[in-house]
Order: sequence, then structure tokens, then C-alpha cells
Amino acid sequence: MLSSSIDPINNQLSAVTGLELNNISCEKAYRQLFSGVSASLSSGQGLHVAGSNGSGKTTLLKIIAGLSSDYHGSISWRCGDDTHPFIDKSDLLYLGHLTGVKSLLSPLENLTWWASLCLPAYPLGSEEISHALQQIGLSSELDTPCHFLSAGQQRRVALARLLLSQQRVWILDEPFTALDHSGIGQIEDCIKRHQSAGGIVIMTSHQAVNNSELFHLDLADYQQGPVSC
Amino acid sequence: MLAPEKEQFSSYRVFTAIFIRDLTVYFRYRGSWINPLFFILVVITLFSLGFGADSQALRVYSPSIIWVTALLAVLLSLDSLFKTDFDDGSLEQLILSSQSLYLSVLAKILAHWFVSGLPIVLATPLISLMLGVSFEVLPEMALGLLLGTGILSFIGAIGASLTVSLASGGLLLSLLSMPLYVPVMIFGAHYLQDAIAGWPLMPSLSMLIGLLLAALVLSPLAIMAGLKLSVEA
Repeated sequence: MLSSSIDPINNQLSAVTGLELNNISCEKAYRQLFSGVSASLSSGQGLHVAGSNGSGKTTLLKIIAGLSSDYHGSISWRCGDDTHPFIDKSDLLYLGHLTGVKSLLSPLENLTWWASLCLPAYPLGSEEISHALQQIGLSSELDTPCHFLSAGQQRRVALARLLLSQQRVWILDEPFTALDHSGIGQIEDCIKRHQSAGGIVIMTSHQAVNNSELFHLDLADYQQGPVSC
Repeated sequence: MLAPEKEQFSSYRVFTAIFIRDLTVYFRYRGSWINPLFFILVVITLFSLGFGADSQALRVYSPSIIWVTALLAVLLSLDSLFKTDFDDGSLEQLILSSQSLYLSVLAKILAHWFVSGLPIVLATPLISLMLGVSFEVLPEMALGLLLGTGILSFIGAIGASLTVSLASGGLLLSLLSMPLYVPVMIFGAHYLQDAIAGWPLMPSLSMLIGLLLAALVLSPLAIMAGLKLSVEA
């Protein structure tokens, strides 16, 4: 009964091997955000969703993550030879525009909570969690309540999840916001490592990402004027 | 044979993780548990001042006064139940977690009841002293409020889940919850009246227990749907 998508012994990723987006359209407040978005991704590949403010990047990510059902078209996740309309949630890491970091809790408490919620098959010790926080550059702020941290440091608390992640699919909404250059480099490396281990990354970012396995999808190409009604 | 045990273990782990995390947040933000307690004590003080020297009338109306103030105290505190989680994105993580949202919702409501309902139950000696209710019915009064505040938390959480995405959903939350609060109010106040008058207690007590069990089992289903709707909007 243990989640079939994770093999805890070999620490290997399995299950989701691809994603198909077929003709996804979304309309909000009588305005067509985008229509006819199609893409196909398989293990080790990624999607960089670009577009101007208000073009629907976050909406598209929420649709793919399964947080929003207000769309037309179809999504299918390939798991070996099967396809499913929904992703097995234990295989998905979603880092939204809102990061889910509680400001009254310390980075250590925040990450421990997230690990017990999203990585239940891996009872992580506090050492692994504090190690991840040290790697991301928060070694002296482990027990400081997050409201004392800067915006970039709070973002790092959320991004430390990537270092612990066992999920195969990462959906990252503007992961580079508020990060400095070294932080951005670190996350780019992290994404590349994830892809070379067979993971899939779907992200938005306003800056160019240096990654050959990341397909560029500009939502400006899928825009049509206002819907007449 | 190991796998099912492990699964149970992880559900338990998630439940305690959410429960402890919420309690930690509530204790670091003291207003969350001082406010309901302060509210109920202030309102009851005002009532006893308003009734003045007529202690007989105060004693007659005390069951209704206690229940109305307890109901309003719980209602006021419920606005914040899912609000901070919605604002900082934790709610999305809860919904996208592979763990059962049903258990997560239960853990959150239980933690919230610990800081909103339980202080009211613990304050019953003080409340009965202020209203001149006999100390002999103290156990019945505490039991009634224990069951009642639990029911109020569960039912009110349905409204809280639906209004969490609104900037100021407080009034709508009251409008949504009030009709559902009426039976709790009736049977709760009735139970206390019966206890004071020395009448049989089982009819209203069993209604309260029944309401609590029904709310415990059914309300998380509605809350889950409400939360998903709020995150989508």
C-alpha cells in the first residue's frame, strides 16, 4: 500500500515518465488567457513557461498541478505504459507564488512540517533537514523565526525543499524571485541534477534560463483577443 | 504485510505534525487564544452589570447568556482558522499533499478548538461565579460546553473554508454558520436549564453527543470541498 511511485530502498524515482498537454485553453473574467497550448514532455525534460504579466503563467501551472479545473483541453500523465488524467500527488512538488512558509515558525520547523506532509515515505531526521538548510545558505538562521528573515532568505527556506525532494515532477512558479546571483545558480544546478536523474520540471521565470533540456513556451503565442459574448 | 502498517504510521505522523505545528503557531501568536476567552469574560461581566441587583433574573437567563456568548466567541475566532494558511500558501501544500486531506482538516480543527473552545470550558468556574449559577451544576455546564464548542468549531469551519478567499468574509461567515448553529444553541441551553432545574438530562445530552459525532464525521467532507474551491478561485 506504500505509495507505488517511490522506491524507498534504492532512493530511485519511478512512475511518471511523461506529460502531454493537449489544446489547453483557459478563460478568466470573459477574457481568453491562452488557448491551444500543447506540449509533450518526457523524463529529463522541462518546460519554461514565459509571458508577460497577466498572461496566465501561474494559471497554467495551477492547471497542470491539478489545483484548478477551470480549463478546456486535456492533460495526461504517462506512467510507463499507462496514462492518467491526474498525477499521483506523492510524485508532485509544487512551489507556488505563495511559498507555504509560516512566518512565526523557524526554517527548521517549516521544513520539518513540509517533509512530514509531502515526504511521508521518508521519515527524515532533523539532521538531513538542517543539512539541506545549511546547503541553501541558512546555517546561522536555522532557529530564527522566518519573519526576521529577508524575502530572499524566506524564498530559500521554501527552495530547500528541492534538495530533499523525492518527487519526480517539479512545478515551480517564479523560483528565482528575490534570490541573489549565487542563489539562482544553485537552483539552476539543482534543476539540472533533477532532470539528469529523470525528473520533469515545469517552471515560470522572467529571466532567461541556461538549460538545453528546458523547452521554451511563450504564452504570448497562444493569446487571442477578448472573447465576444 | 509491512506496508499497511507503514501507511497508518505515516497518516498518524502527518496528523500530529499538523496538530503540533498549528498549536506552535497559536502559542506564538497569543491573541489567538486570549481573544475568545477575553471576549466571553467581558460579555458576561457586562450582562451581570446590566442585570444589576436582580440576581434572580440573572440566574434564570444564565443558560442562554452562557451559550450565546460561547457561540459568538467561537464564531469570532473561526475567521482565522484557514486564513493564515491561505495567505502564505500552506493551504495549497496541504491540498497537494498525498496524505488524506480529511485527516489534515481534522488536525487543524482540533488544534483550533484547543485554543478557542477549551479555554471557555476551563473558564466555567469563573463564568458560573459571575452569573451566580450554583457550583453543583458545574460538571454538567462544563460537559455541555465541551461538547458544544466542539460542534460549533466543526460547523463553523465549513463557513470558514468557504469564505477564506474573501478579503473580509467575517459577516458572510456568520450568516452561513448561524442557521446551522441554532440546533446546537437550543439543545445546549436546554441541557444547562435541565441541569439547573434538576430534570432528566439524557434527552438533550444525547442530542449534543449525536450532533458532535455527526459534525466530526461529516463536516470535514464539506470543508475539504470548500477549501479546494477557495484555492481554485
